[in-house]
Amino acid sequence: MLAAFLVLLVVFSAGLFLQRQWWLPSLASVHGVDIDRVFLATLVITGVLFIGLQLLLAYFSVRYREQQGRPAQCWVRPGLEKRFAVIAAVIIFGVDIAIFAMGESEWFKAWGAAPPGAEIIEVTGEQFMWHFRYPGQDKSFGRTEPRLVSATNPLGLDPQDPAGKDDVLSTNLLHLVVDKPVRLQLRAKDVIHSFFLPNLRVKQDVVPGMRIEVWFQPAKAGVYEIACAQLCGLGHYRMRAFLTVQPQAEFEKWLTELREGGD
Amino acid sequence: MYLVETGSEHKAGFIRKYVFSTDHKIVGLQYFFTAFAMAIFGGLLSILMRLQLGWPSRMWPMLETIFPVGMAGGVMSPEFYLALQTMHGTIMAIFVLTALFTGAFGNYLIPLQIGARDMAFPLLNMLSYWVYLLSCIVLVLAFFVEGGAPISGWTAYAPLSAIPESGPGQAMGQNLWLVAIALFTVSSMMGVLNYITTIVQARTKGMTMSRVPLNIWGMLSASIISIMVFPVLLGAGVLLLADRIGGTSFFVPAGLVMGDKLIPHSGGHPLLWQHLFWFFGHPEVYIVIVPAMGIAAEIIATFIRKPVFGYRIMAGCWIAVVALSMVVWGHHMFVSGMNPFLGGFFALATLLITVPSAILVLCWVVSLYGARIQFTTPMLFALGFVSIFVTGGLGGFFLGSAWTDIQLHDTYFVVGHFHLTMAMSPLFAAFAGVYYWFPRISGRMMNERLGRVHFWISIAGAYAIFLTMHVMGVGGMLRHSYDTTQYDFLKHLQPLNVFVSFAAFALAASQLIFILNFLVSLFRGPRAEANPWKANTLEWAAPAPIPHGNWGAVTPEVHRWPYDYMVPDGGEDFLPQNAPAAVLENKRF
Ligand code: HEM
Ligand SMILES: [Cu+2]
Ligand SMILES: [Cu+2]
Repeated sequence: MLAAFLVLLVVFSAGLFLQRQWWLPSLASVHGVDIDRVFLATLVITGVLFIGLQLLLAYFSVRYREQQGRPAQCWVRPGLEKRFAVIAAVIIFGVDIAIFAMGESEWFKAWGAAPPGAEIIEVTGEQFMWHFRYPGQDKSFGRTEPRLVSATNPLGLDPQDPAGKDDVLSTNLLHLVVDKPVRLQLRAKDVIHSFFLPNLRVKQDVVPGMRIEVWFQPAKAGVYEIACAQLCGLGHYRMRAFLTVQPQAEFEKWLTELREGGD
Repeated sequence: MYLVETGSEHKAGFIRKYVFSTDHKIVGLQYFFTAFAMAIFGGLLSILMRLQLGWPSRMWPMLETIFPVGMAGGVMSPEFYLALQTMHGTIMAIFVLTALFTGAFGNYLIPLQIGARDMAFPLLNMLSYWVYLLSCIVLVLAFFVEGGAPISGWTAYAPLSAIPESGPGQAMGQNLWLVAIALFTVSSMMGVLNYITTIVQARTKGMTMSRVPLNIWGMLSASIISIMVFPVLLGAGVLLLADRIGGTSFFVPAGLVMGDKLIPHSGGHPLLWQHLFWFFGHPEVYIVIVPAMGIAAEIIATFIRKPVFGYRIMAGCWIAVVALSMVVWGHHMFVSGMNPFLGGFFALATLLITVPSAILVLCWVVSLYGARIQFTTPMLFALGFVSIFVTGGLGGFFLGSAWTDIQLHDTYFVVGHFHLTMAMSPLFAAFAGVYYWFPRISGRMMNERLGRVHFWISIAGAYAIFLTMHVMGVGGMLRHSYDTTQYDFLKHLQPLNVFVSFAAFALAASQLIFILNFLVSLFRGPRAEANPWKANTLEWAAPAPIPHGNWGAVTPEVHRWPYDYMVPDGGEDFLPQNAPAAVLENKRF
């Protein structure tokens, strides 16, 4: 009975993970290919272990169930346990190292320096919206001061600072250029949020008091959702924004309109 | 033995005997029933959550009468959802499972299995329970104060948890939460100090450390972890409380603005809280799972009717887990803003901890080889534990590697993973333990048929709910979310949410079978024999019912390890630890 259940379980879960209807969100970034690849490889490794162990459990529970006239057998010889432990440890350690090498090589690469010429955009999370700031022609952001924050000046931009004159601010709408690397500098005004681009395989907590930079390269034009992934209060579930990945020309047009509209 | 003064002769009144008792068995039962009540409460909270998640913002007019504020108009408010979730997580992870294993099973079994008369410090033991009860009451009170229960999750990340203005429930509710956690910590310290001392000091004659039952190794390992990490939680909680009411800034940086109001803190760091919390929080899952493993191993060892495979290896693995559990906390923080280099280190450490865990699993599976497995209800639950732990553990490979965790962090993949590993498998071990030791405690047997029905529904339910959650998480389903249909990319996953909700209701309802079986068997069950499972450990050698002080004039003397099953010749296939040595000479194989 237990065996039958375990076999069913294996079949059911294999089906669940092989179906295509519920899967990773469609992919739209360069490094995301590597995340998906490592994810898949890990799924294969763990899938084999899962099937193997569950079926072994199933087999043993049929084969060695209590039966009239069949006594238990003791097959343990001195030293066997120790050898078993060592061999098991080596195999599992090997699996660990394989998964570690596969994933962490990419991890460190992703945290390396962004390619030169990457766009820089500042992202600020607040309960419960996202602000995006483009530095404008001068490529530098104006100074911000928490005490200057108001309803009309959500970031507390200092009007005295000339660098801030051409900064462009957009709330809940982020536009990026397709195939062009971008550096996002993440900040938070109040509590911790998490900047999550499900389709681009980007997730980074946004921590008040820190400026955290991530970079990536969008690979496919389209409109995607931006989610907050870290519990940040009662409106956390609706802290949603939109990402538009588009060609350079359209992007310029959007930015110009935004700048002029903002004046 | 130095505990004889609490002998059974002295007459104690009802209150001293059953309420303010220092008898470890009574304390254990008090822990059990309190934790069980909390589990029912925490479980009901999750049912309410599933109601909202399956059918977001639907009207449930009937519920308005029970929760006039949280469900005003019959629709759940977001803050009520988050309060439910915070309280569910806190209650289940800390106030149920920690208390259930070391508190209930530890208390009842440790002295009996090592042949002691009681805990080393009986009064401290009693205090530990009463402080625990107090902590439960304080925690539940949070629902009834202005603003309701806190909404910051069981991890209470600062600054959300540090600043009352950050949301409803974050004022008095969060304070009570912190006080409850602090009280629980104190209670737990009093408990585990006792368990460690008792195991080290109060073993009976012949009970060397290489002869104690596996369950004792589990309890000892978990207690050692507790004593190392609970003080850190206590410290962190006190600092957070100081930030909240004392004007300090341990976890709050300068320049926060909430609702256009400048917050007057400066100089703290939010990640400090996460490091302190997870330094406790990750080992906490081992505080729960290691004793669960010990119980499962104990039960498997009895029902295979042959010597268990790898006694020393298991003990060694638990000690390795104790050590490693304290250097992996950062895997909860890969995307927190922590230095990515540290992320690499924690990924390696986390993957390493799979080595002892996997060897433990292999020991149980290999133990079945050549066995004569008796599929009693406790054995079914113990094997269910193994199956679920394997499945849940494999999910850890995805989350333990920083690279794949980027996508899966804070999704339902995590929720499915930790529910399988630290919620369902410990619960299965706990059920196994209840079915197994029930005859020892009550003198009656539980109903096997109901037990099996309970098992089948539970394991099907556990997998249906939490495996499905893994798939939802791969699809990106966000956790901590009151209404995931807000996002277009999650809409197609909603049918899975509905399915999980139905499965959760079925799972919850099936627990009534257990409660029924428990209560009816307590009064009406068939009388149990002295050693119904034919086990070797000492608790079955104590008189029935077990008196205060456990043993008669002298504590039993132990002659061998507890897993001498399958003894050749002789009519029986087992040889209790305390059977006289003479038998040993000619029956040793
Ligand atoms: C009927 C069984 C259960 C169901 C249906 C259930 C359901 C849930 C759900 C829906 C969440 C919210 C997930 C999120 O949004 O992050 C949750 C969180 C949680 N649950 Fe359960 N749960 C169950 C049993 C348990 C048990 C037995 C434990 C014991 C360890 C547990 C521990 C937790 C914890 C620690 C959290 C995290 C809360 C937080 O992040 O603040 N659950 N559960
Ligand atoms: Cu959020
Ligand atoms: Cu952890």
